[in-house]
Amino acid sequence: MKLSVEDLQDVGRGAAFLGTGGGGDPYIGRMLATHAIREYGMPEIIDVEALDDDAAVYTIAMLGAPTVLAEKAACGDDVDLALSRMEKYTGRKADAIIPIEIGGVNSMLPIMAAARTGLPLVDADGMGRAFPEIQMVSFNIYGVSCTPLVMTDEHLNSLVVETGHAKRAEDLERVASIEMGCSVILSSYPMTGRQVKETAVRQTMTLALEIGRAIRRGRRADNPVGELSRYLATTPYYSHCRVLFDGKVVDLRRETTQGFARGHCTLQALDGGAGEMEVIFQNEHLIAREDGRVRAMVPDLICMVDSDTAEPVPVEALKYGQRLKVMGVSAPPILRTPEALEIIGPQAFGLNETFVPVEEL
Amino acid sequence: MRIGVDVGGTNTDAVLMRGDKVLASCKKPTTSNVSDGIVAAIETVLGTSSVPASDVRAVMIGTTHFTNAFVERRNLLDVGVLRVALPAARGIPPLIDWPEAFLAEIGSHCEMVTGGYHFDGRLNAAMDERAVAAAARTFQDKGIRSVAVTGLFSPVNPSMEERAAEILRQEMGDDVAITLSHEIGRIGLLERENATVMNACLVDMSRQVVASFRHALKTLGITAPFYISQNDGTLMDSGMVERYPVLTFASGPTNSMRGAAYLSGLQEALVADIGGTTTDIGMLCKGFPRESSVTVDIGGVRTNFRMPDILALGLGGGSLVREQGSGITIGPRSVGYQLTQKALVFGGDTLTASDIAVAAGYADFGDATRVRHLSADLIEQSVVEIHRKIAEGIDRMKVSAELVPLVLVGGGSVLVDRDIPGVSEVVTPNHAGVANAIGASIAQVSGEIDRVFSYEELGREAALATATEEAVKRARHGGADPETIKVIDIEELPLAYVPGGAVRLRVKVAGALAFDQEQP
Repeated sequence: MKLSVEDLQDVGRGAAFLGTGGGGDPYIGRMLATHAIREYGMPEIIDVEALDDDAAVYTIAMLGAPTVLAEKAACGDDVDLALSRMEKYTGRKADAIIPIEIGGVNSMLPIMAAARTGLPLVDADGMGRAFPEIQMVSFNIYGVSCTPLVMTDEHLNSLVVETGHAKRAEDLERVASIEMGCSVILSSYPMTGRQVKETAVRQTMTLALEIGRAIRRGRRADNPVGELSRYLATTPYYSHCRVLFDGKVVDLRRETTQGFARGHCTLQALDGGAGEMEVIFQNEHLIAREDGRVRAMVPDLICMVDSDTAEPVPVEALKYGQRLKVMGVSAPPILRTPEALEIIGPQAFGLNETFVPVEEL
Repeated sequence: MRIGVDVGGTNTDAVLMRGDKVLASCKKPTTSNVSDGIVAAIETVLGTSSVPASDVRAVMIGTTHFTNAFVERRNLLDVGVLRVALPAARGIPPLIDWPEAFLAEIGSHCEMVTGGYHFDGRLNAAMDERAVAAAARTFQDKGIRSVAVTGLFSPVNPSMEERAAEILRQEMGDDVAITLSHEIGRIGLLERENATVMNACLVDMSRQVVASFRHALKTLGITAPFYISQNDGTLMDSGMVERYPVLTFASGPTNSMRGAAYLSGLQEALVADIGGTTTDIGMLCKGFPRESSVTVDIGGVRTNFRMPDILALGLGGGSLVREQGSGITIGPRSVGYQLTQKALVFGGDTLTASDIAVAAGYADFGDATRVRHLSADLIEQSVVEIHRKIAEGIDRMKVSAELVPLVLVGGGSVLVDRDIPGVSEVVTPNHAGVANAIGASIAQVSGEIDRVFSYEELGREAALATATEEAVKRARHGGADPETIKVIDIEELPLAYVPGGAVRLRVKVAGALAFDQEQP
């Protein structure tokens, strides 16, 4: 499969949906990918099964604040450098690139990287959505080492982190990224083709593209949310998909604790009914409760979309009076195992809940 | 004595104000050369009130001229685009997302040079002054007379953009028009750069328009200074308009909302400006329209500069009323400016929302006998539909669940006669038909700061104080009377995924024009 510049708009919208409120606005990423494609041509998207077992597969992502990325966008050479440094440390030339995170802006940087290098892009990622920290990926959960991890900036400074623990790598790179200007390029989790097959969330680039297409198709037929739900129901992992609530934002509170913006968004039913839904977010949406009863929780996806257009609404853009549909979508099984829940379940985010799948709530 | 003028697509409205009293007002058709319509309108208000031109202390003008010119791509200049950001952001060259039709008008003359700051104001790269000079010579060789300069994180520190402007003038001469991005937009390089380029392609026209306004006032014997209102409801002097015409974009709805606040005496209220084709609904907070938090596309170009948050409904006095199945649809199609020929009450053959208001007995114009045949059922259903549409728009724009007053302005305000859910009272003030010109006449001077602060280092209070102080300084620089400057908006957005309490803080203040201290 090849991606065209026109497809990027659909991928971006799909990625914003999978960002579950966070992950950063894909727009700047889309522009970076657009320019790279115009300059270098379209990247090839390959299925996980097309990888040789001993292929060398590297991730590419941006790390930092999406607000800063929107000003200090990548230069391109920083992306190339991250890959070449990784090749130097592993001693293996890259055979393919894989996104670490399909939700939000990080869906786009690997497309840029693949276009620039001519390497194929693997149709899979490590989250199947967006998460805030680098240990919160399926690669880590199933035993791939996060390091060596390479960070580069636009001055072509580079930094290599080596540690046995992904969470430790997260703490180190987060501090360094601030010194480097709060928006840097990252390559981590160097993998073999076999490891990708064992640990990745599959076909998520296709998923983002098809979500975007379904919304666009739905708008022409005046039923974008319906069309989106219909598409998700046909996918292998995201098939349990329901509109949990249809209402309008009546309260919005934000507070910053330990560097994370925790927010509470309360919606009231439109039909004048008494029902209320509260969604708690910390970069991404964590839990949705209707009249105190849990309706969906992380790692399942809680997505807020505009009631009429199904446009995904990121937490930065939430405001009073918006009419939104809150959708609950099942996370892939690989993110719901006991070992996964330890790292990306509700308790990993400080919620005092035991995970129950959205289809059982 | 002040004069407020609103130059709309159809009408040019003028009001003569003494203190807070409206002495005279009028509506004249907008003319193709703009200044004739302004002269006619001002002559009328001065004539009817017998006030000599020499008593006028200031003229405030609101106009949609520049927005329309840009969207219709009329007389746009070739623009030299200079970005001072390398090595950052090379991956997204300037103009990357502009529609082809615009590039055919303004060219693709882009130069990127080294320089810029970090998000927290630290130096990211020193500016390559030689490269700036070389870019200037390239522009010069191409015959370019207008340059748009965008520096990395210039809203945090504008010095490099200012230095670049000096070098451009040295190389290209003092008459080169230079637009600096930190004067226009917010953080977000591409969107701010787009707005800067938009401005740069309009500066020739803005010089002409300002000259024609100046000429019009001279013809009338008015020697007082004139100001043009910006999209945030505050003023720019004529020199500023020549340099920054883009800041007038979307000032129309802002002026009518500011006028509504003034006429009703309400600072916290919803405003519905009901015209012939559309209803613009906005929310007043501290007497100013709430601003939109999302990026705004103008003519297909993405920007992030200050815009009022307005919901436009396809409902107005000229909206077509049609029976469809068992229900009624009203709008979005409208007879528009042909209302006085096409509506039933004016002898036409088209059923409009205005006809319904007359038939229902709460408006009195035209010939009521011409709508006597309409069934009571049709009238009632239509009235309900009109109120339902407005109620839904209002519900979308409210900022809290509390009841708030609704101020109606514009010629179509007669369409509303019943209670609206969520609204404490409906107010239709005197002079509601010229609220936009009144809004222009009372406009204030503002100052704004948009910067990232570390709350952990500074503390929230100190950060707010610093930002407010700088915003006040900017307002004073713009001509605001320090005694009257008030904070009108504070927005705090914690930066996601960054520890250390980094918060993007926007503070906006505004005050009355310093010389405008007249006795009522």
